[in-house]
Amino acid sequence: MLEQQLTPERNKACSDANCKLFDLAQHPNAPAMIPPAVPDETPEPEDEVPLYAARRKIYPQAVTGTFRRIKWAVLVVTLGIYYLLPFVRWDRGPTAPDQAVLIDFTTRRFYFFFIEIWPQEVYYVTGLLIIAAVTLFLMNAVAGRIWCGYLCPQTVWTDLFCAIERFTEGDRREHLRRDREPMSLNKAARKATKHFLWLMIAWWTGGAWVLYFADAPTLVKDLATLQAPFAAYAWIGILTATTYLLAGHMREQVCLYMCPWPRIQAALTDEYALNVTYRYDRGEPRGSVKKNEQLRQKGLPAGDCVDCLQCVNVCPTGVDIRGGANLGCIQCGLCIDACDSIMTKLGRPKGLIAYDTELNIHRRQHGEKPSFHIVRPRTIVYAAIIAAVGAIMLYTLVTREVAGINVIHDRNPMFVRLADGAIRNGYTIRILNKTNEQRTFRLEVSGITVSALEIIGDPAGAAGPHEIVVGPDQTREIRALVTVYQPLPPDASIPLMFTITDTHSGVRAASADQFRGP
Amino acid sequence: MAQAPEIDPATGTPTTGHEWDGIRELNTPLPRWWLWLFYITIVWAIGYWVVYPSWPLVSSYSRGVFGWQSRDAVVEDLRQLKETRGPLMDKLAAASLQEIVADPQLLDFARAVGKPAFAENCAPCHGAGGGGARGYPNLNDDDWLWGGKLDDIAFTIRHGVRSGSEDARESAMPAFGRDGILKSDEIYNVVGYVRSLNNLATPRANIEAGKKVFAENCAVCHGEAAKGNRELGAPNLTDSIWLYGSSVPTLTETITNSRNGVMPTWAGRLDDVTLKALAVYVYTLGGGER
Repeated sequence: MLEQQLTPERNKACSDANCKLFDLAQHPNAPAMIPPAVPDETPEPEDEVPLYAARRKIYPQAVTGTFRRIKWAVLVVTLGIYYLLPFVRWDRGPTAPDQAVLIDFTTRRFYFFFIEIWPQEVYYVTGLLIIAAVTLFLMNAVAGRIWCGYLCPQTVWTDLFCAIERFTEGDRREHLRRDREPMSLNKAARKATKHFLWLMIAWWTGGAWVLYFADAPTLVKDLATLQAPFAAYAWIGILTATTYLLAGHMREQVCLYMCPWPRIQAALTDEYALNVTYRYDRGEPRGSVKKNEQLRQKGLPAGDCVDCLQCVNVCPTGVDIRGGANLGCIQCGLCIDACDSIMTKLGRPKGLIAYDTELNIHRRQHGEKPSFHIVRPRTIVYAAIIAAVGAIMLYTLVTREVAGINVIHDRNPMFVRLADGAIRNGYTIRILNKTNEQRTFRLEVSGITVSALEIIGDPAGAAGPHEIVVGPDQTREIRALVTVYQPLPPDASIPLMFTITDTHSGVRAASADQFRGP
Repeated sequence: MAQAPEIDPATGTPTTGHEWDGIRELNTPLPRWWLWLFYITIVWAIGYWVVYPSWPLVSSYSRGVFGWQSRDAVVEDLRQLKETRGPLMDKLAAASLQEIVADPQLLDFARAVGKPAFAENCAPCHGAGGGGARGYPNLNDDDWLWGGKLDDIAFTIRHGVRSGSEDARESAMPAFGRDGILKSDEIYNVVGYVRSLNNLATPRANIEAGKKVFAENCAVCHGEAAKGNRELGAPNLTDSIWLYGSSVPTLTETITNSRNGVMPTWAGRLDDVTLKALAVYVYTLGGGER
């Protein structure tokens, strides 16, 4: 978008490790990047490249403000849903589980409140994935990495783990100071408490996970009395380990090195997408409070940025937002809160860092009014796709068949000639009963004039009626034989239709097949 | 092409010195934990060598300290299968064939057990769906050599046909031509007669003469009306269902040299429950007689 304006000078600004990875909209007028808060401990030798890059430990500072409140609210709501949803009940009658959300591998059913999905209906998941992907695109087109900053499980759990770290080891300064001190009983106790709390949360996270795959109250009891299946304990162990490692230890490394979304996101953004932006048109030239005040009194240009580094100190990924948008920034908005509190103290207007666009910075620099285009072709198309896929899914869910029939014609032999000259075809038929009650279906065949229908194991024989009982929420496979007594044309392949009718409700389902002859 | 590594002016990162059409590769170092993972995989591989069978030796292989064998895994799987099936298998063992067919649950289970057993043991001759082949009867139709009732089928499977077993289905058609019982024109005429029973024309054959030959030589086993005799496994010659074929050369060969097909005995090779399930499976292919 701004390529033509990019000049080599901009590159000098970008010396920070995070900036190396990616820079989205670095502008020639952008300020020079300040050195990282904690200097890189592995300086690069001239002739030899290091085998690895050591991690720069981040000590995110506590912050208060609008975005912090939003993040707390999202954290409480999302974690609340995750931990408690398995215990929500939903009555489906005596033959089906009463758990609102349940992935039942034993009977191969997925329950979600009023929805029940069979394995052959897994295409609903395709619809969900499309909606999820396009929703991500839409979020990105409206306001950048909303997902990364507020909703991503990695962000939410890391946020929680950071809060625990601050609770046990103190806020940034205290934590930094203590980490430099030699080990003491106090320090060890604090660290032990932190890891214990982390592990407890991680363990609870794994525990909640397995509850989605079995009846939650029963499983909790079984887990406590050591009677649960081994797989349950194994999965709790795995998820405890991943939560503890990813949220406690890996943190921003997951976003920087593992996650593909920042890379994709960069390709999907445009000049109107709002991003957490340092308004350098207002902030530069930065300087100390005193120096800039003097400049202002002399009528010289002075920016609002006082170089207090609060925006960097609160950042959970250790980014300096003043370097411009970059891959390391998850756009959680905490730097906005930090900067706003400083601006308020200094009596300057808020919003030196805010949700804005590079384009608007330009417009302001050229004396134009900033423009915001949330509704634009890109967002309209995304919203339309979401609506269309959602509508299709809703339609298929509402019109979901509660009875089904699948027919497979015998392949060997294709047909059988009987002693009296009649021709017989064999079929394997599977009848699906998607309701939670036992039902009786009457099987009929049509399309062939003279025929006899027989079901193996049916005492009614060829005379019929051919009634098949299928248990609640089950399928039943039967073998059916169709015999035709009339002469057939050579190499006959006559279309016929198998129909099942619920003897009680009259619900029908049909499947077409062929009758083959010599 | 390789050049001396340099510092990329745009990012400050050293390059690898590799260049393709002006595109250079940055030598961005891996994060330290990634390097650790790499070392851990190496250690893991060494542990794997020690624990599991891995290295080929001159006439054997290193067995590993766990003593793990893929065969043991199969045995364990089979044991679990047996355990899962246990109660139904017991029911199947206790029930008579008639009881199995009358009980929908047992019938489904017996068919499920019989189907793979059929595919493993019977399909090579009778075809995947029991459709038969030349010399191997179709098991889907209603034309049975030795009887199509449940007990008949079970007996045939258990003891076989001309298998050498004591209770096997036993009969022998004479080689009328080879042994000089019938002359070639008599054979030709009887071929014509048998074909005429199925509305197949045989020019130049004397049907009346053939009928006489049939009455004197064949009717003993195949019956006066050529409807066959299941006691002897003598096929019905009037139903247009042929085991070897109905052409003049084929029938001539059948009468000249005889056929006497063989089916092995399965008792002792398969367990009783599987034999039962096989009988039920074949019975329910379509031709079973009440």
